[in-house]
Order: sequence, then structure tokens, then C-alpha cells
Amino acid sequence: MLIFEHSREGRRAYAQAPRQLAGLADIPESYRRRSPALLPEVSELQVVRHYTRLSQKNFSIDTQAYPLGSCTMKYNPRACNTLAMLPEFLARHPYAPDRFGQGVLACLWELQEILTAVTGMKGVSLAPMAGAQGELAGVAMIRAYHEARGAHERTEIIVPDAAHGTNPATAVMCGYKVREIATATDGDVDMAALKQALGPQTAGIMLTNPSTVGVFERRIEEIARLVHEAGGLLYYDGANLNAILGKARPGDMGFDVIHLNLHKTFSTPHGGGGPGAGALGAGERLHAFMPIPIVAREGEHYRWHTETERPQSIGRLSTFGGNVGVLLRAYVYTRLLGREGMYRVAEFATLNANYLMARLRAAGFQIAYPQRRASHEFIVSLKREAKEIGATAMDFAKRLLDYGFHAPTTYFPLLVAEALLIEPTETETKEELDGFVAAMCRIRDEARADLAFVKGAPYKLPVRRLDEVRAARELNLSWKPSV
Amino acid sequence: MPFIPHTEQDIRDMLSAIGVAEIASLFDEIPASLRSNLPPSVPPQVTEMEITRLLHERARRDAQPLCFIGAGAYDHHIPAAVWELTTRGEFYSAYTPYQAEASQGTLQLAYEYQTMMVGLTGMDVSNASLYDGGSALAEAVLMAVRRNRRSSVRRVLMPTTVHPAYRRVTETIVRNQAIELETVGYESRAGTLNLAALERWSGEDVTALVIQQPNFFGCLEDVNSLVDWAHTQGALVIALVNPIALAVLTPPGQWGQNGADIACGEGQPLGIPLSSGGPYFGFMVCKNAHVRQMPGRIVGKTVDLEGRAGYTLTLQPREQHIRRSKATSNICTNQGLMVTAATLYMSLLGAGGLARVAAACHANTQALLAAVSNIEGVRPAFIGPSFHEAVLQLDAPARSALERMAGAGILGGYDLSQDYPELGHAILVCATEKRTDEDIAAYARAMQGALRVARRA
Repeated sequence: MLIFEHSREGRRAYAQAPRQLAGLADIPESYRRRSPALLPEVSELQVVRHYTRLSQKNFSIDTQAYPLGSCTMKYNPRACNTLAMLPEFLARHPYAPDRFGQGVLACLWELQEILTAVTGMKGVSLAPMAGAQGELAGVAMIRAYHEARGAHERTEIIVPDAAHGTNPATAVMCGYKVREIATATDGDVDMAALKQALGPQTAGIMLTNPSTVGVFERRIEEIARLVHEAGGLLYYDGANLNAILGKARPGDMGFDVIHLNLHKTFSTPHGGGGPGAGALGAGERLHAFMPIPIVAREGEHYRWHTETERPQSIGRLSTFGGNVGVLLRAYVYTRLLGREGMYRVAEFATLNANYLMARLRAAGFQIAYPQRRASHEFIVSLKREAKEIGATAMDFAKRLLDYGFHAPTTYFPLLVAEALLIEPTETETKEELDGFVAAMCRIRDEARADLAFVKGAPYKLPVRRLDEVRAARELNLSWKPSV
Repeated sequence: MPFIPHTEQDIRDMLSAIGVAEIASLFDEIPASLRSNLPPSVPPQVTEMEITRLLHERARRDAQPLCFIGAGAYDHHIPAAVWELTTRGEFYSAYTPYQAEASQGTLQLAYEYQTMMVGLTGMDVSNASLYDGGSALAEAVLMAVRRNRRSSVRRVLMPTTVHPAYRRVTETIVRNQAIELETVGYESRAGTLNLAALERWSGEDVTALVIQQPNFFGCLEDVNSLVDWAHTQGALVIALVNPIALAVLTPPGQWGQNGADIACGEGQPLGIPLSSGGPYFGFMVCKNAHVRQMPGRIVGKTVDLEGRAGYTLTLQPREQHIRRSKATSNICTNQGLMVTAATLYMSLLGAGGLARVAAACHANTQALLAAVSNIEGVRPAFIGPSFHEAVLQLDAPARSALERMAGAGILGGYDLSQDYPELGHAILVCATEKRTDEDIAAYARAMQGALRVARRA
């Protein structure tokens, strides 16, 4: 039932609005709304009950394990939320003078410093509001760099075929042509393809390391050398930083610009699809082009640096200062981890992934890159199950929901058939991982016995499998009252 | 270690299942030349008790004065239920609803949100949000350029009555796509878009016109004439609106003969705390004809195997994970949690409550104008109808006056002198429904004192 269906004319949450309806006599009729907006008319209890019930129809980290590859669905510590929501932080207007924000600015400045150290870059800007915006900023910086040097012939960005879809979409938004290169059979970049793609037209390359197939790019130093020799720059998509946090740094690998998904490695909540934060780090070549604002410390005083102090900046990405509340959560998390905790994140994320990969392999599932170590994630290919039993990655994914596991990432990366990209994260217990293996085996058994049953999953959720074709064909994007 | 559950026994068992002796072996594919330790600038671990103490100390330092600044972010009352429910783990720690069956809460909520935004704006369809108001405007500009095939240039008219930060964000985001953002000035007495200035473009190829209502100065634009002019030109209209104001002002779907084509704006007024500028959310709504060019997530209603109603992300072929380099935008996350808060807020207020909030903001701002009208050296900058916000011209530098008011515990307004030097010592002021008669009297006293000192200096 929709909130609108609880609505009755004349009902509302009386405590929440001003007691009087003030006059608007000075606003001419021609500017005024003629009929009230279609919004529900409900009591406060109805609202609380309706949305509490809706929340209970969700999977979430707080209620289920989420081995969702490339998404790093780790525990979101409650302290991060509680402390980011202290009333003084929430009450601060973005245009309040810096002197009324020394507390929050100190946190942001320290976060910049911590992320700079963790990534081995020269500096960090916290401006981007999501990973994709961090990417946009990073590639725009590469373009600004080439333009500042008059290198207008550099019109191409190289992207591995395994890359996340945002990479090519971003390159196009920055006015570049995309050149895809193949992945070698061992999961690393195909060096011959790379060499062939590089040239005077190369503006840069976008890479993730560990890559989206879940393995560490072993020849990254050689790749960096080749790209730099060709006059291009290297962009690091930080989606998979959890695997190497404190173990290896993108700056040392030769990357010129990186973005970090703070909602992955640094545990800020996904919130049902945002808000995220896409902190951006830059090395020597690109440092001057970073987006604004950036927090600066002058003695004991903190303030925002904007256009005035950073004339070469690519500019502003948000109306105000980015997703400050998300950044505060990430700051609290980095302090709770500390240096020791960061090493452990990478170690236990990797331990959990390799353990789960070993157990699934032992159970007879096919691993996409069996000769490689898993990073913090790995791919199971269900090609054989699809062919022999008829149960596809989608069928396993939907039936896993019945067993209380959120599905892994399905059909990504695109180059592995019937892919399940699995990332357990460091915060799951061994028992939870064992439970996942047991569920996968049970589903395979069920499919052998009764394929139609598995194809009908899920059974235990608020709805059965949904008709997505119909949703796209007969668009119904908002409720309309029946007349 | 914080948040890591492994016992010594677990570690031994897991390593043995993998077939390695120690965790370090799992990193043996990283070349030795790249293995590093974290520098000492990464601070050591603290406990929750210690970080709690530190953050409380910092928050105390950030105690906020009484706020009379608007300029795109508004200090409204937020019902307690909004964030009590929004931070429930089932909303807070859920992923993007790709697995629709396991995300019916988030998805149904987004469908309700889309319905509310359609109701508020009078447009046909809404997406499930974008990052913030500024970036939403940039996306609307890109969308209009993709959509308006009749226009062979990529020319968007951007009035200076649009929020200056929004214009800068738009420049950053569209800069590399060969789009001309042409500035259009305002009429100096009314503070609204200059129709005569627009005439310069009559008969020219114009892709889109942006109209902010109320505009950055709080002045009301003559939206009906502007929309009709743009449509006669073959240009699309992008409306930039304040959702609270829409409770009492004509919604963009009803502007002019045919309404705006795309509307967008900042969702912060709908239950989102000021929080130094974010996270907020951008909203975007459009006419049916344009939906396939709209960026961002969209939720649709469908049925399950048993014919029960359910909700799912739809029109995904627009998006980057399917279309890659041909996507409408690189956007993948929206601001789901902020939409949760906004949906709760709109449900609690309803159309009647929202209208009361909007009218109270307007009445308070009018009361503020009246309270300062007798102060020597203060006068309103513009004549004509305004809503919720207004520009005051002072006879002393705005910056020092505001600085002194801040010393007296009042954030007196937003200094316009950098972006609008032609207005002289001008500030933008706003009094939301939270400001009382006493607050407004305190404002007038602080302003009087500040000007007296500023004039002497």
C-alpha cells in the first residue's frame, strides 16, 4: 500500500507546520499556485508506521551479508553516524564564516592528510560527491593538463574492457574518444594491446588495481612507464582500494590522479544508493588542477581554498563544499581504524576472499582466474551450471536471497560468462562465509532436482521475481489518483 | 581489531583451507618494489570513547549563531521522525536497489518520492534524485542539449539571476562538451531577467533557456512570458525551483502556455540539515517526451510472477552500466538516503503544511524587511514581487557589517559584492519559519549597531 492510499482529506501531522497560514497578499495571483500539490494527507503515526514497515522490506548490511563484488559492503559503524550528526555540525550553514566551522574543518583537513598518506599522492580534494563525480573530475584534470601544455592532439582515453561502465561514460563526458583494450587470459592488462593503443593521440588510461576481475595488476609499474613515455597520464579508479589499504599505494604505482569511493573502503553508508563521496588525490603533475573547495590550514586556523587560491583548478563540482556529512563519517572511521586497523582491513578482506574462493572451488564451482590470488574479491563463472543444469547466474542470485544472502554482483565484468563477482569484506565472520558456500551448494542441488523451482525464486521475499520488461515497456513512474 | 571478527582459530582454519602458512602470502602477487608501510602521518587507532570526546569538543567549537542566510540552503524545521527513521539500518546500510526483490522498501519509497515531486512541480516524471542542486542544473543543461534536436548549435542562455555557484558548477561539468553558456543580465530596478536583453536572441538558434524561480535575489521572474518566448524560439525551458516555494507558487509544469520542459533544483529544504553544504540532493523532473534523455535512476511499478505489485529500477538502458560510453550520464549513485528523508518530510507536512512553511518564511522575510526599513543606510535593492528572500543595499561595506553582526551572534546574510559588484554593498537575506519576532528584532538591532560602527571605520 502506498502512503497516498492512507491519505484522507484534511488530515495532517499538526505538530510539524506553523500554526497559522500567513497571508501572501503581496504576491500577485498570477504567480501563485492555483490548486494544492498532490501530497499525502496523513498523521505522524501513519507516516512512522508506513516507512518503518517499508524499511523492513529491504536487505541491508545491518540485517544480511552482502558479498557484492566491487561494492565493499562492510559494516558501517554506528559511531560514524552518531558523531557526524552532532547538532552543531548539522546546524552549520555552508556560507557561515569559517570561524564558525573550525571543528568540522579540522576534521576535513585531517581526513585530507590521512587520505594523502594512504594513497601516496601529493594532495587530496574532498569535493566530488560520488565516485563517478571523482572520475569526472580526474579525467577533466587530465584534459586541463594537456590543454595547459597545448597538447590538443591528445583525444583518446584508454579503458580496459573489464572496466566499470562509469569509466567510458566519464571519458565521453570529458570530450574524449574511448579506446578499449583487451584483458589477457591471466586477468592482467594485455601488454601488446596496450602498446598498440598508445600513441601521440593518448591523453591517458583509466585503471583499477586490483582490477575489476579481482586480481592485482602485476605489471603496473611497466604500464605506468609506457603510458608516461607516450605522454599520457594514469587515472586510478579507487573502487578496489580495500584490497591494498596500507599494503601498496597508487601514488607509488605511478598514478597521476585517483578517486576513492569513501562509501566503499571508508565505510560510509550506501543509503540505498547514495550519498557517496569520491575523494580525489593528485600527484605532482595534476595537483594544481584539483577541484575546489579544499581545506587549508594556516597556523591553527582552517579555511576553504577556492578559485582565488587555486586559479588552475578545474572548478566547482557542487554548489557548496561537497558531501561534508559523509566526509565526517569517513573521518571518524579512519580514526577508529588508525594505522594498525588499515593494514588489518586489507589483510582480512583478502583472507576472507581467498578463503571463500578456496571453499567454493573445493565445492566444485569454477573460478574465473584459478591460477591467481584473489584480491578482496574474485569471480565464479557459472557457465558450466548454466550449460549442464540450466541454472544461470541470475537464478543463483535470486535464490540466494531466499537463503538470506544478498546476491553477489552478477554478469559483471562482462568478459566472464555467467559471472558472479564476490566480495565478502573483512567484517564478515567465517561462519557467514561457510553459510554462503552451503547455500551455493544447496542451490546447485535444488537446480539439479527441480530447475523450475530455482527459476521461480525468490519465494521468501516481499515479492517474487519482478517483470522488468513490463516495467520498461508500460512505464508507470508515479501514482495517479483514480478519478 | 575494530570491526574484524576473526578469532585466532578462524585464521588458522582459513589459511589451512587456502593452503598458505600466513596472511602475508596472500599479497605475494604485489611486486616487492610496491609494498610499503603507511607513513606516520596516519594517526594511531583510537577507541570510540576517545573519538566521541574529540568530536564533541570540535562540535562545541562550532556552535552556530542565529542564521539569516539562505542563498540556496535553508534553515527549516526538520521533524524528529525524519532522521529517526532515515537512519534505521534497513535504509541507512542498504545498497542501491539492483536486486529489486530485496529492495522493495527503498524502491517503493523512491516511487512515492517521484510521485510527490511530480505533484509539487506539476511535471510528468521524476527521477530518483541527483547529487545536489548545482550538479542537477548541469545535468539538465546536458539533457536539454541531447534532447533539442531542432537546435543545431549547443547554446544555453544562463541568466545572471541564477545562483552564481550553480553557474560555476554547470561550467565545470559541461565545459568539455562544446556547449556555449551565454550570459543574460537582469533589469536593475526589478532584479529580474531582462526581457529586452533576451530580444537580442529572437530568431536565433537557442537550445535552452534556464529560469530560476524565485531567482537568486528572491525576486519573482515573469515565468509565463519567458517560457512562451523560449518556446517560440524553439528553445527548451529548464526551470530551477525551490521545492518549498512550490507549495504556494505556480509550479513549472504550468508556466506559460505549455509549461517548462525540465525542472530541477536543490532538495535540501525538504528535511535535509544544513550540514556545511552536504550531503543534499538534486531533484529533476521533466515532460513525458523527454524521459529517455533524463539522467539518473528511475523507479517504475511492475508486477511479480504472481501478479502482485512491485517496484524496480527501470529505463536502465540509459545508464552507464549498460550503455557504457553511450550513456546519458556517468552518474550511478543518486542520493538515496536524502530522498528517504525528503519523502518522510513531505509526508509529514503534506501540501497544507508545506504551504504554511512557505508562507511563514515569506512573512518572516517581509517582517525582517519592515524591521530594517527604518535603519539609516539600509534599503531594499529591488522593487516588485519577491518570495522568501530579498536583497538589501547598505551604505557601508557588507563584509565588515556582516562580520560585526556575526560578532553579535547573528549571521546577517550572504555578501553579494563579489558576484554582483554593480549592486554596491549588497546582501541577500532570508528568515525562515524558524525565526521568531524576537530573532528579527535582534537582527535589526545588530544591523543598526554594525552599520554605525562600519560607517565610522
